[in-house]
Amino acid sequence: MSILHTVNKSPFEKNSLETCLRIAMEGSSVLFIEDGVYGAVDGTSLNGKLSDAGNRLKFYALGPDLKARGLSENSVMNCVEVVDYDGFVDLVVRHDATYACL
Amino acid sequence: MEEIPEEYEGGIVKKFMYVNRRAPHGTIYAQESLEVVLVGAAFDQEVSIVFMDDGVYQILKDQDTSAIGTKNFSKTFRALEMYDVEKLYVERESMQARGISEDDLNVPVEVITSEEIGRLMEQHDVILSF
Amino acid sequence: MKLSVVLNEGPYQHQAADTAYNFTRAALAKGHEIFRVFFYHDGVNNGTRLTTPPQDDRDIVNRWSQLAEEHDLDLVVCIAAAQRRGIVDEDEQKRHGKDANNIAKGFRISGLGQLIEAGIQSDRVVVFGD
Repeated sequence: MSILHTVNKSPFEKNSLETCLRIAMEGSSVLFIEDGVYGAVDGTSLNGKLSDAGNRLKFYALGPDLKARGLSENSVMNCVEVVDYDGFVDLVVRHDATYACL
Repeated sequence: MEEIPEEYEGGIVKKFMYVNRRAPHGTIYAQESLEVVLVGAAFDQEVSIVFMDDGVYQILKDQDTSAIGTKNFSKTFRALEMYDVEKLYVERESMQARGISEDDLNVPVEVITSEEIGRLMEQHDVILSF
Repeated sequence: MKLSVVLNEGPYQHQAADTAYNFTRAALAKGHEIFRVFFYHDGVNNGTRLTTPPQDDRDIVNRWSQLAEEHDLDLVVCIAAAQRRGIVDEDEQKRHGKDANNIAKGFRISGLGQLIEAGIQSDRVVVFGD
């Protein structure tokens, strides 16, 4: 079983990402959407936490949400793959269930 | 008001997990989440309810909303048993962070770790978050 | 694959209303079936035809209505949440003696059981909210 966790909050405002990392199990994925994409950006104080979780989880960020916020695909950490809405749909299909960590 | 879905009796059974991460009275999410649980109970599905982060505040004892004029739905959690909704889980880490012990809660729950919640979540088909 | 979408936030207030739409459209374009889009909490406000967004902005409500028409989508507004927030169809108008209704084309008002049914019938449920 694998779960797709979506995170739509900035980690600098809400604890959704923190909670998500606490409960996401090996083989699951985290998709950053909406304000959640700020959590995927390289060079923030959260990079360590993401790197630590990177060997058990896969990270994705929604490209259109990055772009809307003035962030390029290169601005996210190396462990984060950028996807579009099609990719979002594929992720939902590929995982057994989706949990929106609102 | 809600129709009873007879066609699902003895039909497909899925595992539903309701995840509550919000405090009870500042917004309506907790109250309306509970309404989903109550309606869902009529469908004879397997149901687990998880309280974590500020969601643990939903099941604190002695809530009294009389002076703010909102509905005190916290009492309804005690009625869940009558609806055969018996699997209530609370994340230990969230309780500890908030200085809450099991004695402070108004319903019997199972206190489990974040990791156990993660594993439990993987056993569910539908995860609804409020 | 059969997917259902749950939208918990109103139009314009939160990006969730846009993300849910963009996701639904992408899923349909990829050939997936959308079993149902369920509007809950303030999400029911996506179902009023009385919004008048500025001309240079997107028309969130119409966008759903159009998508529903093109793909025969089932857009369901939760009755309990709708009653609280004043989203009314003709039946509800008569039943509660209101002087108007405001449900947008392609939307229907129904019970929370429709959300549970979406969970039972769909391969995946995706929640969008705050």
